[in-house]
Amino acid sequence: MNDWFRIPSDLQNSYLGLIGLHLREAVIPVLVGLVVALPIAQLCVRLRWLYPPVLWVTTVLYAIPSLAFFVVLIDYTGQTETTVMIPLGVYSLVVFVPAIVDGVRSVPQETLDAATAMGLGPVRRYLQVQLPIAVPAIIAGLRVATVSSISLVSVGMLIGNQGALGNLLNDGQIYHQPRLIWLSVITTAVLAIVVDAVLVGVRLLLTPWMPRGTRKARPAEDRPEPAELVLEDAAR
Amino acid sequence: MNVLHYINLFFSDSTHWHGYDGIPTRLAEHVRYSLIALAIAAVIGLPVGLLTGHTGRGGNTLSLIATAARALPSFGLLVLMFVLIGFGLVPVMIPLVVLAVPPILVTTYEAMRSVDPSPVDAARGMGMNEANILFQVELPVALPLILSGLRSAAIQIVSTATIAAYVSLGGLGRYIIDGLYQRNYEKVVGGATLVAGMALVTLGLFWGIARLAVSPGVRRSN
Repeated sequence: MNDWFRIPSDLQNSYLGLIGLHLREAVIPVLVGLVVALPIAQLCVRLRWLYPPVLWVTTVLYAIPSLAFFVVLIDYTGQTETTVMIPLGVYSLVVFVPAIVDGVRSVPQETLDAATAMGLGPVRRYLQVQLPIAVPAIIAGLRVATVSSISLVSVGMLIGNQGALGNLLNDGQIYHQPRLIWLSVITTAVLAIVVDAVLVGVRLLLTPWMPRGTRKARPAEDRPEPAELVLEDAAR
Repeated sequence: MNVLHYINLFFSDSTHWHGYDGIPTRLAEHVRYSLIALAIAAVIGLPVGLLTGHTGRGGNTLSLIATAARALPSFGLLVLMFVLIGFGLVPVMIPLVVLAVPPILVTTYEAMRSVDPSPVDAARGMGMNEANILFQVELPVALPLILSGLRSAAIQIVSTATIAAYVSLGGLGRYIIDGLYQRNYEKVVGGATLVAGMALVTLGLFWGIARLAVSPGVRRSN
């Protein structure tokens, strides 16, 4: 059984080490993307005319194939993890910007008025009212961005074994060991599903006011996430 | 190191415009891969999405399938299929279809569920059968959202079809993969520009289709 998880020594990493590396390469860019997207989205909410051009730019950036993006970046950041992470962060914007804009816009005017009447300034109103209400939409975006990021890290294998679990794909081919390829695909998929489930848990923790869903209330909550729809919005 | 400079070099080199490795050939191959993948994904995703959306059942299962399909890494799946099946179009189509089915499936389902129930009930009350309700009442209203799902799938396919070159097929990915191994940035940047351009054309096409196909009444109410 342990033979299954043995990793060729040229990768200089254990199985668990590769998983850790993969997670790091996938999650950090998405989190940075989220932090960058927040002010951009706020600008788009404030200045309505800015929203369509921002969506077009993020969509065009999203359409650049990851491999080409990596190769161009090698000139600036070398064959490193950073080179893999920058494009992933850029791709996440196409999901985050519309998700946050829609989430923030969905806050009812009465709620905003009530917050103002209670004496909240614009900053506290944003941080304490608008952002928390937008959490479900943001997490939906986070799920799509993270899962696709985990899948894309593997392509980093092509620029000098920077693809964490993806590096197994190359080793599997050169050493004629299909086991390594299976291991890479299955581990990546399981990793994506586990991270996705963790994010659902985070949403439940962050939004205690939403119906928690006993077995019966589930269907409404478990309907396919609006996350996909968020991505559709990107090019509208 | 200027990207624009490389783009200019790539497109002004006349040798890039002829022969089996010329831009027209590679572009045609890329369009062909993308269309086949989109067609297969639509044939799988649309009927299932329409039916489950119409009956309103199976949403949980759909959500599970979509999550699982999205979790599969496209590149890893390509290498795996290449090792299992060997050279050909099939190992490329499998990851592309797996990539494209979830957005089509989920958006179609959501689009059908978000149709206002009162016209549907009215149609049922007038004695329309289920097939007519689906195609004459629900589908026209759900069409804009369904098209946006297809569009998102198409753009992901166009961008991802570049991986076909990794398993020795053609397409615009040829420039990117060859450029990588030849250390020829001009090729990589040129190929990437072509793919991004093709994605933009796809956006434009879907915008045009939506203008033509969506009924004016539905468009106005949006």
